[in-house]
Amino acid sequence: MREFLTGNYAAAYGVKLSRVEVVSAYPITPQTSVIEKISEFVEKGELKAKLIRVESEHSAMAAVIGAAFSGARAYTATSAQGLLYMYEMIWWAAGSRLPVVAGIVTRAIAPPWSIWTDHSDFMTLRDAGWAMLFASSAQEVLDMTIQAFKLAKELMLPVAVGWDAFITSHTAEPVEVPPQEQVDYFLGEKKKSPAAVDFENPFAHGALAFPKDYPKFREDIHRTLKAAGEVYSNIERRYYEATGRERYGLVEEVFCEDADAVMFIMGAAAGDAIHAAGELRRKGLHVGVARIRSIRPFPRNEVEKIARRASKVIVFDRSYSLGFGGVLATEVRSVLHEEGVDTPVISVTGGLGGSDLSPEYFEKIFLKGLGV
Amino acid sequence: MVELPVARPSVGAAGKTGNWRLFKPSIDYRKCIKCLLCWMYCPDGVISLSGKGLPVIDYEYCKGCGICAEECPVKAIEMVKEVEG
Repeated sequence: MREFLTGNYAAAYGVKLSRVEVVSAYPITPQTSVIEKISEFVEKGELKAKLIRVESEHSAMAAVIGAAFSGARAYTATSAQGLLYMYEMIWWAAGSRLPVVAGIVTRAIAPPWSIWTDHSDFMTLRDAGWAMLFASSAQEVLDMTIQAFKLAKELMLPVAVGWDAFITSHTAEPVEVPPQEQVDYFLGEKKKSPAAVDFENPFAHGALAFPKDYPKFREDIHRTLKAAGEVYSNIERRYYEATGRERYGLVEEVFCEDADAVMFIMGAAAGDAIHAAGELRRKGLHVGVARIRSIRPFPRNEVEKIARRASKVIVFDRSYSLGFGGVLATEVRSVLHEEGVDTPVISVTGGLGGSDLSPEYFEKIFLKGLGV
Repeated sequence: MVELPVARPSVGAAGKTGNWRLFKPSIDYRKCIKCLLCWMYCPDGVISLSGKGLPVIDYEYCKGCGICAEECPVKAIEMVKEVEG
């Protein structure tokens, strides 16, 4: 069924189709309409879920953690300051190995106040033990949200699905909504997570770990996330088999095959970069775009392969590690160094606080990268 | 299989926590009405019931939080300062 949906409504459809049982809600622009639409589904009886209105984002994450401990499929969504306010519980969710899913509608962090997109909020999840997927269209928001529940279950870790404020969250596009039975088939029988409370075999969570025990829990999460690329690829394949929807991999490659300069980029602005690359190709310049769809697991193999073929790598970041530089660029450089790839890397940061990006802007970056 | 960061129930996993106590709950059995509220409220599960249905505190592990004294409806539990040394 084809619907005309914003990115936020597409997320709500993904949640409904995944038969989520508990949703915690605390409003923040630009995330609000995700929860509003879910609440409408619950009111109409189209989604049999408990919608919990909480007093803060810290409680919003705590509520889905509790729900996941009871074995329920749980979801929440937030942005910027909201994500920062739930940050303590973000780590609890991962450390407790709970399969919750959170939508992160990316928004610049205050001060100064901004409601527009950049990826600084999303990137704060990087070291917390979450899987982190990033969509660039409403369709992808829907598909990734459904896939996220399966990924969370298989990894026994929380999964964040990010998408850009307004550009993706509030722009309506035609979205192919898969039939319920296809999603049911894809997600399979709901099995109780091993991390959920078992009354026959009680445990206390939040216990103290002495120094000799603590590291192994971190190593476990590290290992799981490092190997998660293959898990996600399998999930995408199974999703394709169930619904016929497109497969992209951890990195969507556009014109990368014979490109001299390749730009790594994440999120909605990839559309502008791809448009720019198309224009430059018409002028005979060999440029390509590699759209990163997952930060954790980080697509090491894909990044290495793409960069090895190119003579110049440009990494476009919509977030800063203040005082150091682009977060994505740092990760790409690190992988290339470890793999012994000496393709030069140019780091460009832009689009912060929703500042405008355009195909012309990306054309200029490509030309600079090519030294033209 | 992932090892979960959880603790399974066991006696004295954190050592003899009775050493933490500053005040000791002392039950006056002449006042006790066997309502078992102290037994129910004890967060450490260190109150058990005697054959006669009276609450008995295990002082090896009682941390002296005072919740039993607070909840006792007939004020049969007094918090007594531990003697130093």
